[in-house]
Amino acid sequence: MSKRNLEYDFAWCPGCGDFGVRRALQVALEKFSVEHEEPQSKNVVVAGIGCSGNMVHLVEGDQPFGIHGIHGRTLPIAFGVKMGRPDLNTVVVAGDGDFLAIGAEHIAPAANRNVDITAVIMDNGVYGLTKGQSSPTTEFGAVTPSTPHGKIESALSPLKYYMSIGVTYIASYYSSKPRQLAVIIQEAMNHRGFSIVHVQSPCTTYNDTYDLLKGKPKEGIAGLAFEIPEDHDPTSAQAAVDLLDRPGIPLGVVFRHEGPSMQDRHEGLQAQAPVRSNQEILDSYLLQV
Amino acid sequence: MSPEEGNGKLDKHDFVVRFAGEGGQGLVTSADALARAAAHAGYFIQTHSTYPSQIIGGPASSQVRISTTPVLSSGDGVDVLVALNQHAYDNHFEDLNGGGVTVYNAEEYDLPEGGHYFGIKADELAKSTGNARAANMVTIGAVATLIDFDLQEIDEFIRQRFTRGRPGDDEIIIANIEAVRLGADVARTSGFTVGQLESPVPHEGGQVILTGNAAISIGAMAAGLEFYAGYPISPATTILIWMEQNLWGEGRFVHQVSSEIEAINAIIGAGFAGKKAMTATAGPGFSLMSEGLGLAWMAEIPLVVTNVQRGGPATGLPTKSEQSDLYTCMHPAHGDIRMPVLAPGSVEECFYAGALATNWAERYQGPVILVTEFGLAERGENIKKPDLAEISTESRAQVSEGDTGKRYDSWDGTTPLPGMPVPGGPGAYVANGSEHDEIGDTTHLPRHHVRLMERRFKKLDLLDGAHYEIENADADVIIMPWGSSKGPAREAYDRLRERGEDVGWLFSVALHPLPGEVKDVLKSADKIIVPELNYLGQWSALLRQEGYRAESITQYTGLPFKPSDLVRRISERIGVGVTA
Repeated sequence: MSKRNLEYDFAWCPGCGDFGVRRALQVALEKFSVEHEEPQSKNVVVAGIGCSGNMVHLVEGDQPFGIHGIHGRTLPIAFGVKMGRPDLNTVVVAGDGDFLAIGAEHIAPAANRNVDITAVIMDNGVYGLTKGQSSPTTEFGAVTPSTPHGKIESALSPLKYYMSIGVTYIASYYSSKPRQLAVIIQEAMNHRGFSIVHVQSPCTTYNDTYDLLKGKPKEGIAGLAFEIPEDHDPTSAQAAVDLLDRPGIPLGVVFRHEGPSMQDRHEGLQAQAPVRSNQEILDSYLLQV
Repeated sequence: MSPEEGNGKLDKHDFVVRFAGEGGQGLVTSADALARAAAHAGYFIQTHSTYPSQIIGGPASSQVRISTTPVLSSGDGVDVLVALNQHAYDNHFEDLNGGGVTVYNAEEYDLPEGGHYFGIKADELAKSTGNARAANMVTIGAVATLIDFDLQEIDEFIRQRFTRGRPGDDEIIIANIEAVRLGADVARTSGFTVGQLESPVPHEGGQVILTGNAAISIGAMAAGLEFYAGYPISPATTILIWMEQNLWGEGRFVHQVSSEIEAINAIIGAGFAGKKAMTATAGPGFSLMSEGLGLAWMAEIPLVVTNVQRGGPATGLPTKSEQSDLYTCMHPAHGDIRMPVLAPGSVEECFYAGALATNWAERYQGPVILVTEFGLAERGENIKKPDLAEISTESRAQVSEGDTGKRYDSWDGTTPLPGMPVPGGPGAYVANGSEHDEIGDTTHLPRHHVRLMERRFKKLDLLDGAHYEIENADADVIIMPWGSSKGPAREAYDRLRERGEDVGWLFSVALHPLPGEVKDVLKSADKIIVPELNYLGQWSALLRQEGYRAESITQYTGLPFKPSDLVRRISERIGVGVTA
């Protein structure tokens, strides 16, 4: 987490989308801390394994706490942090492989709980660190080292998946506009419940999608990415579903639903649960005379 | 087994009563009622149940051992068998001690005349009292009469159980007491008896009846447990249930999560965030926690994982006794790892181990394994009520503003272990599962791997204070069981000593790291015999790995050892006569 650590054993490739996401996360954490008048040390960044996971070491300046855990388990770890210490702003950073393949089983429980965690997902449609294998969001038919004859699985639509399992804050963006992305990440942190900011973050080495996303305006080629129309109502589930039926990558907040978070629900149960002291508990096992 | 062994010494102060039938027939309720009445009267009790892994039905049994002295094991044989169906009789009558008597369910089946048994129509007799639900009490009345147990103690138990402040309480109590008398009459008329139970020595101080799982839970709470995440799995589920009922209040959190993978990672998050955290599981779930335990070791996160063993591998024997997870408890993950392992041998030790495991995790800032086993987890025992004021509660060393130390500084054990930064406070770092530098940034430079490997293992030196027992350490042969085989091994040891054999006794709740005094005995012993419930002889193999002269006596039936079997097998090993 230092500004420049010569012994640090990792570097992103030049042009990696994760640089933009890092900048955005850094700004969002700083602004969030200022907004809530809390020190940076009240932020915890939980990172998965893969290129994106190294973000936790590369955040500069006044430091948040970090966990660089094991592959696919960012959400369970963040769940423990948040429910153990609800006062901490808990952020997950992970890639499409970590979050949507090996870690996919944890997304629906996090949504069911509406646990107050913000997940910033860097989707490059490839396993970059292990050198270019296909991931859940790699296109059907794509040729990669692990799919030499073409990918046999369909590509996952992460945003539709998040909608279907009830994630209460869903945003989609790309890495090229860090300042705008920072605003969305900060809003997601302020959302009381489970929020996912799904970011297209191209891999310049194995899956360079910059041109695909942005198009080539000079040559008259449109990009996949499009700004979400201003009249989109993110509080409407139907509007969100309709939006996701459009081809391309929407940029902005897709869906937002205000409701009790897991912490709120737990406080509700806490109010009714009988609290006994250790002595009272032990005494309840006494042999009555 | 000879009649002398079954009925000679034991029948005066020690009886085993077993209720056998099908799951759902109130077997556990009956054994529990008799156990509570006996404990209340001043006896020591230990219950033990077997049942299949299904919701209702299937062959099951529940027994209680009643004694005037503390009960160490479920015993050798059965003095009174209550067999509710033919299948139960066929399966259990061979366990009867010489002179033992069967009470069979005459509404269900008949046995030919002339055997050591008599029939009883418990349902019919219960109905005659006006309370059809009192059939259990009919049976208990018969059983109590056979062992000459004071019926008034059962009356007192009934009064306490059914005085619930409801309008019909009195009628229920009268009917149940009547049911006891009707059962007693049948037993008396039969002419059978299995002996006379000695009067108990009154207990000193308060007594509690606990299972191993409840004892661990209370112990952990006493040491300040704040966070629990778990997933249902036999035989660890009752810890989850216990926590869901009790781990409430400011700063506490308990939750049933969606897998054991989620459980271990959730407590890693909580432990990192400053909470005292635990999960409990059994073999299959423990396997799933493997990678997470590696992370906790590498990143130095305080937490406790309780592994309530059952038979393995894979789904194995979910509701049976086995001690076959020791290797995996010691080395649950890939890489250079050796976990601290606590293995209590009795319900009372479960309480103190639950507290100590929580303290150890805080003290050395890392994961601790608490390993028990089905039989210990589910059996009930009455023990002296622990004094909560005696339980120390340790918390990880703190970091203060201005401290210059870093989270992952080198440490050689000559100074106190530096504090662990907690989010919100000074000393921000990354808890990293990759090898790292002082502040947790990833680095694979040799010097960091070397210095942190040494730090992680050196910290184990901080872990002491677990209970151990050493007797006759200079004997030719030392008997050293681990975990729940302690009870039957101790009974076997006592009988061998009474017979004048030159055997010593060694038991340590801490299997890793071993206390220094225990290591000294192991070093000097010529022969260490380890009774353990597994095929591989796991503990003796680990001891041999350290250069100690250990060998196992194994059993892998899914059942606990019988003391008489151990007497025979130890005698064979040491080359003396095998008469128990």
